[in-house]
Amino acid sequence: MRLLKYLSVGILFGIVMTKSEAISWFRIQEMFRFQSFHMYGIIGVAVVLGALMHQLIKRTGLKNTYGDMIAFADKPNTYKASIFGGTFFGLGWAMTGACPGPLYTLVGHGFGIILVVIASALLGTLAYGALRSKLPH
Amino acid sequence: MQSVIEFISQPWHWSISGAMIALVMFLLIYLGKRFGVSSSFRALCAIGGAGSAFDYFKYDWKSHDWLLVFVLGSIIGGGIGSTFLASPEPVQLSAATIADLTQLGINVPSTRAEGSGYLPMDLFNFETLASLKGIILMVLGGFLIGFGTRWAGGCTSGHAISGLSNLQLPSLVAVIGFFIGGLLMTHVLFPLILAL
Repeated sequence: MRLLKYLSVGILFGIVMTKSEAISWFRIQEMFRFQSFHMYGIIGVAVVLGALMHQLIKRTGLKNTYGDMIAFADKPNTYKASIFGGTFFGLGWAMTGACPGPLYTLVGHGFGIILVVIASALLGTLAYGALRSKLPH
Repeated sequence: MQSVIEFISQPWHWSISGAMIALVMFLLIYLGKRFGVSSSFRALCAIGGAGSAFDYFKYDWKSHDWLLVFVLGSIIGGGIGSTFLASPEPVQLSAATIADLTQLGINVPSTRAEGSGYLPMDLFNFETLASLKGIILMVLGGFLIGFGTRWAGGCTSGHAISGLSNLQLPSLVAVIGFFIGGLLMTHVLFPLILAL
């Protein structure tokens, strides 16, 4: 029961990912070719509204449903990890046309082949866990 | 009701989509969590027992149980979106993209009978998976997603949306990385992979 609300938000997310076409391999090609504003519009609006939301929450001291004041943790200042890891992910994003959220949503579309991509992503995660201490962060 | 479903079934304008993503992020924050999907990979590895081999997976994955349920929901949402709320037309791309992809030999669906425009079916299928090209695109591509997002500490949701909207500099650096990799792949490496 505790988890049912996250299931509902997840269902909403899957529908949003589908209707926004952000999970389309073709849309990602279009984005990296700078041939349409579509993806930039989606991310831009989400970031601007999100920034407004962050400011409003901080100023009003909104409490979450657990009754705690909402606090935002800063991302760790691991800039090497950001740029190197980010570049690796960018290569994979342009190949598969999907980032992690869309990968799951595409499974819901009935594309069984995407399970191969997800299994490979888990293998990549495992490899990161194995090499973590040797990588720059 | 029928007309409501028809209304939602049209492809959404980017401003509506962006606002809805912000709403999803707000709901997760209001429910005491945060918006970041790639952490689910770490949790799934931990559930699979990777903690016995590598410290990175030695953590209480149950703290991410809500995220796994969220991910399950997004699979269900994908099912609903692609059936009950399916657009009458395939994804409508710009003419420039259609021309570029056609030149690369990739079929862009122009009718629903040819596809929904979500995945290029002539590249992503089990037959292609048996070729070098398919292994690179699907297996290496997936591997880079898992390896890269965990190294960077986030993906599009965690860095590009959550991080940027909370004015996090490490997230901006990560997004620059996403584009270095994405542009290099799309414009330089991808045509070479297709030629294999």
